[in-house]
Amino acid sequence: MLKEYFGTIFSAIKSLLTGMKLTGYYFTHLKEIVTEEYPDNRATLKMADRFRGEVIMPHDEKNEHRCTGCQSCELTCPNGSIKIIFKQELQPDGKKKKRIDTWVYHLDMCTMCNLCVEACPSNAIIMGQDFEHSVYEKKYLKKVLNKPGSKLMDGVEE
Amino acid sequence: MLLGEDYITEEGEFVINMGPQHPATHGVLHMKIWLDGETIKKVEPHLGYIHRSIEKMSESLSYRQFVFVTSRMDYLSAHINNQACALAVEKGLQIEATPRAQAIRVIMAELTRLASHQLWWACAGLDLGGVTPFFYAFREREAINDVMEETCGARLTQNYMVPGGVMNDIHPNFQKRVKDVLKQIKDNFHEYDEILTGNVIFQNRLKDVGYISKEDAVSYGCTGPTARASGVSCDIRKLFPYDGYDKLQFEEILSTGGDSWARYQVRMAEMLQSVHIIEQLIDNIPEGDFAAKTKVVIKLPKGDFYQRVETARGELGVYLVSDGAAVPYRCHYRSPNFANLSAIPRMAKGAKIGDLVAIMATVDLVIPDIDR
Amino acid sequence: MVITGVCLLVFLVLLCFFLGYMERKVAAFMEIRLGPNRVGPKGSLQIVADTVKLLFKEGLTPDCADKFLFNLAPGIMVVTSMLAVAPIAFAKDFQIWNINIGVLYVSAISSMGVIGILMAGWSSSNKYSLIGAMRSGAQIVSYELSIGLSLISIVILTGSLSLSDIVYSQANGWWIFKGHIPIIISFVIFIIASTAEINRAPFDLTEAEQELTGGFHTEYAGMKFAMFLLSEYINLFIVSAIAATIFLGGWMPFHIGGLEGFNHIMDFIPSSIWFFGKTFFIIFVIMWFRWTFPRLRIDQLLNLEWKYLLPISMVNVLLVTLMAIMGWHF
Repeated sequence: MLKEYFGTIFSAIKSLLTGMKLTGYYFTHLKEIVTEEYPDNRATLKMADRFRGEVIMPHDEKNEHRCTGCQSCELTCPNGSIKIIFKQELQPDGKKKKRIDTWVYHLDMCTMCNLCVEACPSNAIIMGQDFEHSVYEKKYLKKVLNKPGSKLMDGVEE
Repeated sequence: MLLGEDYITEEGEFVINMGPQHPATHGVLHMKIWLDGETIKKVEPHLGYIHRSIEKMSESLSYRQFVFVTSRMDYLSAHINNQACALAVEKGLQIEATPRAQAIRVIMAELTRLASHQLWWACAGLDLGGVTPFFYAFREREAINDVMEETCGARLTQNYMVPGGVMNDIHPNFQKRVKDVLKQIKDNFHEYDEILTGNVIFQNRLKDVGYISKEDAVSYGCTGPTARASGVSCDIRKLFPYDGYDKLQFEEILSTGGDSWARYQVRMAEMLQSVHIIEQLIDNIPEGDFAAKTKVVIKLPKGDFYQRVETARGELGVYLVSDGAAVPYRCHYRSPNFANLSAIPRMAKGAKIGDLVAIMATVDLVIPDIDR
Repeated sequence: MVITGVCLLVFLVLLCFFLGYMERKVAAFMEIRLGPNRVGPKGSLQIVADTVKLLFKEGLTPDCADKFLFNLAPGIMVVTSMLAVAPIAFAKDFQIWNINIGVLYVSAISSMGVIGILMAGWSSSNKYSLIGAMRSGAQIVSYELSIGLSLISIVILTGSLSLSDIVYSQANGWWIFKGHIPIIISFVIFIIASTAEINRAPFDLTEAEQELTGGFHTEYAGMKFAMFLLSEYINLFIVSAIAATIFLGGWMPFHIGGLEGFNHIMDFIPSSIWFFGKTFFIIFVIMWFRWTFPRLRIDQLLNLEWKYLLPISMVNVLLVTLMAIMGWHF
């Protein structure tokens, strides 16, 4: 009876000291700290290459993109965050062809599900790694991905 | 002094509202509690604060699209939710994921389970007043999330499973980094025991608290670790194997305690089982395609399809009714947390306020999964 | 006297700033974090920034609160905790008030704090506050006993209630070394019970954030809330100072009998450094408790007192009395 009473006390103290030993270990071993000082490590911070931060449309040095305007992405987007507006463009051979005018991307609605990138048949859009999207007004979250004056790359449509 | 209209009942019971904004309810769960002093007479959960009508939304999304929405149900088992949807669609199409995809899926699901249990452990410590364990568990959880980020592209709502397989192949570093994570978890696992499991205060807070018998657990529809702690064998991975779980060696952790301490121990043992499962697969991922070929627009044949998986919290069922169109006619999710929550009033009867917090911590509720 | 008082108040406020910073850093390092590191060098001015923020925050009073008691409660908390500083000997022959019943005075005043907590909990007209206040009543009334009994064991050995007499009685060795195992037991009991007395984790049931969302100070904001924090840190300092004075020799340097050279070196260290060193050691231990252990449940808290601490300290007092009568201590 008395033995049990003191037994519980000693085992309790032992278990508490085990815990204190662990926290004491970390208190004295400051190199174990795992905090990343985020805004300070911007220069060295590298996101994973597949990280989905936003949808971007790569342009080459001739200001050409690969988007044919097939609307696969617009159809496959579950949130309706993509809207493609068309225009008729005069081709060098004299014919008029349907080309994208503005590729509107609503970042505020996007959930980075990657379905549009998967659906794109011509690899015109990819996921960018930028994740610092804060802006002061909502209107800045509506982005146009094709640059002004950009053209469709030759040979993509065939 | 004015404490609200019905703060004290005719029987002299003190009525308090725990939630919808409360530190221990992990979200917007609302518990109405009738108290006699510190002792709980009755608990009434009120739901619906985070209802986003995911089931109805799924009816307007195609079979490729509706997978990603389920990440937002039980956000801690996002991979497993997605897997359930992908499997349900595969059942309708009568195809199977490629062997490589199956292996990747199982590894990802078990990593998710590990991450989820680590967050549960962290929050169980936090709920019972110990802040420090939270950070120790998050150290390992972050490592898992980094692996997820590298291969899937996102940390929490990955959307990596597609009908027929996975979205893209694993990252070249994947195997090495998973092994590093497993090593880190196994090396640090003793710290979990030192700071919480062995702690006498923690044990006393959990032992004989929130008891639920095997019969009650069955009749309330509890699944997952909550039911297995009462001795109900309900591991879907064993009973209805999917994605090649039948070829793997692992144990279903059962306990007969039925109290919070048993639930705690079941989850702790499950973490080690998950590590064991991943270790069997990580060097044996078969070569081949990472996804089976499916049509761009998936159309399921007429009929209804049900697929169940074991999430970190219990059985998730996906019920799809198809009328042959490109979108489901009806979609229903049987979420584990909803059933587990219904058992809480039974568990909490006669407990103290602090016990209710311990019960909610060990049942491990994720509120968005309850309301969907 | 007035100047001393004002100096003391300023000192206490600065001390609370330091303790706030220390607590954050201790917590952070134990939790493998960095802790505050933005404001000032190594984040040392963070607590000043927080104080400024609390000063400018609206001191909201709930509509249904008992306004007089609601505003009075933080004042009572601060005043009672500051009163207990008076008889503490900070350095050799430096004592604000050398009262001959110092031990009795401190234990009497420190149990007054519960009135402030009860007042805050009752007048907030919040259900969580009320439960928190009732818990604190039960808690402080019971832990008062163990604190008293462990203090009595030293009073028996010294034969005086005056804190300065108790310090002088340890000139040839601190009580924790002179008093054999019974004094070590009463030291441990004192630390545990005083942690409970000042409502710090793992005994912070009156606040119990995860259960009662803040307990008795749920409804307080701004400067009124800051006063609760202030009184919490002053209380922490007081119990540590009392423990250092009674068990660890107060400002007395560490001496080993026979080693004259060693004792001389120890005498060169100023007495105030000895006092604050010991006090901060005990403060660190209490913080260590807080950042390691989970919280107890209310019935376990009372079980610990009535089933373990109280019987042990009663037997312990008996042993100490026997030791004092037979003169077994050094």
